[in-house]
Amino acid sequence: MTSRQQELESLVGRKYRHGFVTDIDSDTVPPGLSEDVIRLISAKKGEPAFMLDWRLKAYRRWLKMSVPAWAQVHYPPIDFQAISYYSAPKQQTGGLKSLDEVDPKLLETYDKLGIPLHERARLAGVAVDAVFDSVSVATTFKERLAESGVVFCPFSEAVKNHPELLERYLGTVVPIADNFYAALNSAVFTDGSFVHVPKGVRCPMELSTYFRINASKTGQFERTLIIAEEGSHVSYLEGCTAPMRDENQLHAAVVELIAQDDAQIKYSTVQNWYPGDENGVGGIYNFVTKRGDCRGRNSRISWTQVETGSAITWKYPSCILRGDGSVGEFYSVALANHRQQADTGTKMIHMGRNTRSTIISKGISAGHGQNAYRGLVKILPGADGARNYTQCDSLLMSDTCGAHTFPYIEVRNPTAIAEHEASTSKISDDQLFYCLQRGIAAEDAVNMIVNGFCRQVFKELPMEFAVEAQNLLAVSLEGAVG
Amino acid sequence: MSGAILSVRDLRVRAGERLILDGVSLEVCAGEVHAIMGPNGSGKSTLTGVLAGRPGLEVLSGTASYLGRDLLAMPPEERARAGLFLAFQYPVEIPGVNNVYLLKASLNALRKHRGEPELDAFEFLNLVRVKLRQMQMDESLLNRGVNEGFSGGEKKRNEILQMSLLEPTLALLDETDSGLDIDALKVVAEGVNALRSPARAIVMVTHYQRLLDYVVPDRVHVLAGGRIVRSGGRELAQELERRGYDWLRDGTAAA
Repeated sequence: MTSRQQELESLVGRKYRHGFVTDIDSDTVPPGLSEDVIRLISAKKGEPAFMLDWRLKAYRRWLKMSVPAWAQVHYPPIDFQAISYYSAPKQQTGGLKSLDEVDPKLLETYDKLGIPLHERARLAGVAVDAVFDSVSVATTFKERLAESGVVFCPFSEAVKNHPELLERYLGTVVPIADNFYAALNSAVFTDGSFVHVPKGVRCPMELSTYFRINASKTGQFERTLIIAEEGSHVSYLEGCTAPMRDENQLHAAVVELIAQDDAQIKYSTVQNWYPGDENGVGGIYNFVTKRGDCRGRNSRISWTQVETGSAITWKYPSCILRGDGSVGEFYSVALANHRQQADTGTKMIHMGRNTRSTIISKGISAGHGQNAYRGLVKILPGADGARNYTQCDSLLMSDTCGAHTFPYIEVRNPTAIAEHEASTSKISDDQLFYCLQRGIAAEDAVNMIVNGFCRQVFKELPMEFAVEAQNLLAVSLEGAVG
Repeated sequence: MSGAILSVRDLRVRAGERLILDGVSLEVCAGEVHAIMGPNGSGKSTLTGVLAGRPGLEVLSGTASYLGRDLLAMPPEERARAGLFLAFQYPVEIPGVNNVYLLKASLNALRKHRGEPELDAFEFLNLVRVKLRQMQMDESLLNRGVNEGFSGGEKKRNEILQMSLLEPTLALLDETDSGLDIDALKVVAEGVNALRSPARAIVMVTHYQRLLDYVVPDRVHVLAGGRIVRSGGRELAQELERRGYDWLRDGTAAA
């Protein structure tokens, strides 16, 4: 390391801006998991019988499954009996009719997070579903969306108002026993967002869910289901934050997307869960299953993720390219600073003819961070003319961090083409000196170079969030060069 | 002409284990253009590098003052903000960072340092368009990554474009002429000539005297074996062109 790099590294100091705790009375179920707890959650939500049966089935499968050990991440065993599986702000349990009834402390929390829910201050052009611990506390612009036929509501509301859609689609993309954490989620999930865009409708605004973990010793298990009917379009974004705590908290979500003929779903994530401190104490375990099913012809599902938070990230937003001519895309920036560990990537399963997929993965490792890209491109025998392009770049910012790449490519059709490009680079002394010689401060230079590295991904994000993502990366990387 | 902009005394510089500069002295006054010539490996790029603060160079002894300040004590970005500009011999690529973004950040960093208001995107674009025309550069270069996929000539023009935007007090040009065809050389020379003023100084490092046909220097120095072995007027450059460098290698006396 040069002296300049040492000097820069000594400046490393991540400032996590969302680490506050909201002091609010919660209805929290005692820690522990059993069929009784699942029955209790289901009862609290007033669910129909089919939901309870579904949960119990998942739970029984989960009991027979073991924790996946293949990921390039290391953590002590999780005691699933020490977690509380349901926590809701007290006032919420009655069911609210309007925002006026929402506890001001909750509104204040979202204000502080930069997500105003009030009628007057709302984000223009973005409808927000705010999920606080285990429940949705507010959803904005519901009426306006309803005018165009779009359903955007908390999952628990969808269970009551649209049971036929849930029975038809829930678990059809991520089956209950898909994997250990998906099975756990299926058994205990509490809330999340539900979106249904009818045939031919272009959703008039961005949809967004903001997940906030507040209560301690709880896990957050949310479930998102987005259905885009024939010829419809929707763009959806999720953001996440949590208080700074010494304990590790589990976040195990499941997201299912379904795109019918000619439908398009764009799903963007800016993940900023608390990453733990510089010694790796605390932080969220983010173990998430996200999968999209391009069920219809010429459908398109696009995942864009900016993963800067969490102590451990384990997620592989994937696309099943079932419909002929369907398109799957994955654009990812994953940052691992300090003691963070990320094992993330995607799966593109080509089943239909002339299906196409693009994977652009940018991994940034700093401090003692460990960053792994894990991807599967699978082209099945029927996928004539399938194409995949994968680009996988790693940026190393210290001598103590690591970048790992695990690309799996399975091609079973002779007409298919899969391309894979990979690179590993460091911010060179030459690049830094070039910027300094132009009068640019070292911190700004590093941000500029890292943002340049991520540009291909940032340009896929909706405008407002691209700016947020850039700022987030700047904060997360303050001085992290070595 | 007023006083010294740059004053270098007995500078000895090491890169790794190798001694590159072994007692260089140089005085550059306002309004002057100096050419530093010399064979490959004589330490020309090290001299401009150490003045700009390139990492990896260790000053063993000697001093360098810039406008009366101790240049070697200033971090590189401060030297730049105080008006010292280095046109790089090998401008580095910074993928994904828009050329125009770097230019604007750079100009505004300097303006901020001088207590001037920063230019907004609109004002900046108007300014840079004028300079682009002068450098006969295509506007599309603005929206490409910094030096990313630029040809050799485009990289050098881009350096001179930056120089003309930043209007430095002391410009150091490190082999800006190398790898340029004659048309590009003329454009670059015009850019340098446009910057000549009684308030500024320019130091050009070059291997050939070709550039000096277009940018006529006030002083020419020959650097060999880590020392300036001869100094003179422009006629020295012509003599070097005729006789090569060998006749100077044994001579140690600086004129």
